[in-house]
Amino acid sequence: MAAAANEPDHASDQWPLWEVFTQAKDGAPHEHAGSVHAPDPELALQNARDVYARRGQVVSLWVVPSSAIIASSPGEQGPFFDPADDKPYRHPQFYRTPRGVRVY
Amino acid sequence: MSAPSLPPEDAAHAAAFDARIDAGETIEPKDWMPERYRHQLVRMMSQHAHSEIVGMLPEGNWITRAPSLRRKMCLLAKVQDEAGHGLYIYCATETLGVGREELIDQLLSGKAKYSSIFNYPTLTWADIGIIGWFVDGAAIVNQTVLAKASYGPYARAMVRICKEENFHKRQGYEIVATLAAGTPAQRAMVQDAVNRWWWPTLMMFGPSDANSPNSGDLLRWRVKRFSNDELRQRFVDLTVAQAQAVSLTLPDPKLRYDAETGHWAYGDIDWAEFKRVINGNGPCNRERLAARRAAHDQGAWVRDAAGAYAEKQRRRGTAPAA
Amino acid sequence: MDVLFEYLLRLGDDRLVLGHRLSEWCGHGPVLEEDIALANVALDLIGQASRFLGLAGRVEGKGRDEDALAYFRDVIDYRNVKLVELPNGDFGRTIVRQFLFDAWSVLLLERLQQATHAELAGIAAKACKEARYHVRHSGEWVLRLGDGTEESHRRAQTALDELWPYTGEMLAADEVDRAAAGAVAPGVAALEPAWREVVSDVVRRATLTLPADGFMHSGGRQGRHTEHLGHLLDEMQILARSHPGATW
Repeated sequence: MAAAANEPDHASDQWPLWEVFTQAKDGAPHEHAGSVHAPDPELALQNARDVYARRGQVVSLWVVPSSAIIASSPGEQGPFFDPADDKPYRHPQFYRTPRGVRVY
Repeated sequence: MSAPSLPPEDAAHAAAFDARIDAGETIEPKDWMPERYRHQLVRMMSQHAHSEIVGMLPEGNWITRAPSLRRKMCLLAKVQDEAGHGLYIYCATETLGVGREELIDQLLSGKAKYSSIFNYPTLTWADIGIIGWFVDGAAIVNQTVLAKASYGPYARAMVRICKEENFHKRQGYEIVATLAAGTPAQRAMVQDAVNRWWWPTLMMFGPSDANSPNSGDLLRWRVKRFSNDELRQRFVDLTVAQAQAVSLTLPDPKLRYDAETGHWAYGDIDWAEFKRVINGNGPCNRERLAARRAAHDQGAWVRDAAGAYAEKQRRRGTAPAA
Repeated sequence: MDVLFEYLLRLGDDRLVLGHRLSEWCGHGPVLEEDIALANVALDLIGQASRFLGLAGRVEGKGRDEDALAYFRDVIDYRNVKLVELPNGDFGRTIVRQFLFDAWSVLLLERLQQATHAELAGIAAKACKEARYHVRHSGEWVLRLGDGTEESHRRAQTALDELWPYTGEMLAADEVDRAAAGAVAPGVAALEPAWREVVSDVVRRATLTLPADGFMHSGGRQGRHTEHLGHLLDEMQILARSHPGATW
């Protein structure tokens, strides 16, 4: 019982794109692995696991709707990412903390 | 889209872009790129993705008849990997502003091309071994190079694919070696498969570059790195030794080692056959597309259902449980 | 009759036949992501079958390995329930069948993890992890089909109604199950109440109607199958049987 081939397929708005991030092992950062389509968070997680984690080597998965990601523009590269060596107070080692106090 | 002379900002952008390419830099989705670069990439990447998806069919044809549980699982895993590869590349293509639905439409309507090799039928179990050995072998020759392509998302997808592809080729060759060392019936089966798949595999690399209209751009922009002929020669050189190792004959009386060049010279490819197959008149073109169309059409109600459920959950304010 | 051997055949045959059915979807799924998902489940099931049948062969002690059991037994020697040999039908039928089986399989494997037979317990433990993921997948899809569109609801309800008479066979304990419960793993014969709870909860949330119990099919455990299994095995076994003794 095939659906009429001429009917518009709404799949593109119903199955939006999600970005997948995987963590290879405990303590490692999550890295961008690629994308999957899914209609909702549960299937996005399952699809991400089936596509990017089925061979093991993944202990944790994040999925994020692609539309939620805000990215810097390539043109901003210089000022946006400059380590600003002339401003040491951004770096943690500038601050002395009392012994025994956990910072975070 | 060819502009005889670009407006000043575009000309500057184009020059900067070429400089980045020459410097070996990676182009990312939001970077400025010539429209022609974007267009060529979409064409090349989508063709590649379509090939992976259509390629599931000739091999999938033997999953239910695989002759041992181990082979059954290996074949199922391999075909599943191909679905995954198609998915990686469709997703990478989407970064260039084309949705997956549009790409699928192009395939199903016959507008888009896919690799000629998948228009041939798998007639025996030996074909499965040969596809892994020849076809994945040819793909690896192509793809290892693509892992350094100038477009970031494509290159990264290719790195993933290459890791998985090596296991496919080894599996295929293992099947071939097992058959070649097996019963007389098995040996005949695999030699027959070699005879049917050798020339179509050589055609996979595409026509000589003189006859390949898109090669120039792709080479200039570091999307292709080597010519079709160079890659084809690399594949022949690798494969002859492998065939000798299992005592299989390649169906080319003109095949001979040229000590001067260090390469294996081979006979003439029937480019008329290639043209026929590429233009829709191969042995199974219609069946392949019909199968994909059926899956897509019959799946519409399923996709719609999942979309409707998600919409209901949103309206109720309950995200579907994770 | 060796109870353990019989019991292992049932475990293996259920999963081999169901895995084979699911593998028929490869390349024909409704969306690429789901093609991959179904293939995953199929692979897990065939892997489980391979281990259960391998153990069965060793327990039998007549030199038959998993391939000998899979490829060289006839319909009447297969011990799977009829539910798993039925044709896939549409995606709704496939998923509803999968859910009905998965819900039972998780409960069964959880108990088999406590089996006194160490190797069986080990196989069950790994399979149980996989089965939990399978029931999550099939359960979520039953929700989406039942509570999706009118068409998906209709298809899911039809599937549930048509498959319901095949569920009794999974749950009905016969003397092999009772002997297994005694000798191999406690509680494997008493899964019905827990299964009903899981299934009726998902069916309700999917806005579907739980079918009334009526006639229940049986016979698969004794080798008395539907006509479907013959065709399935013909296809599965033809190549191996055409070249007896060959290595692949």
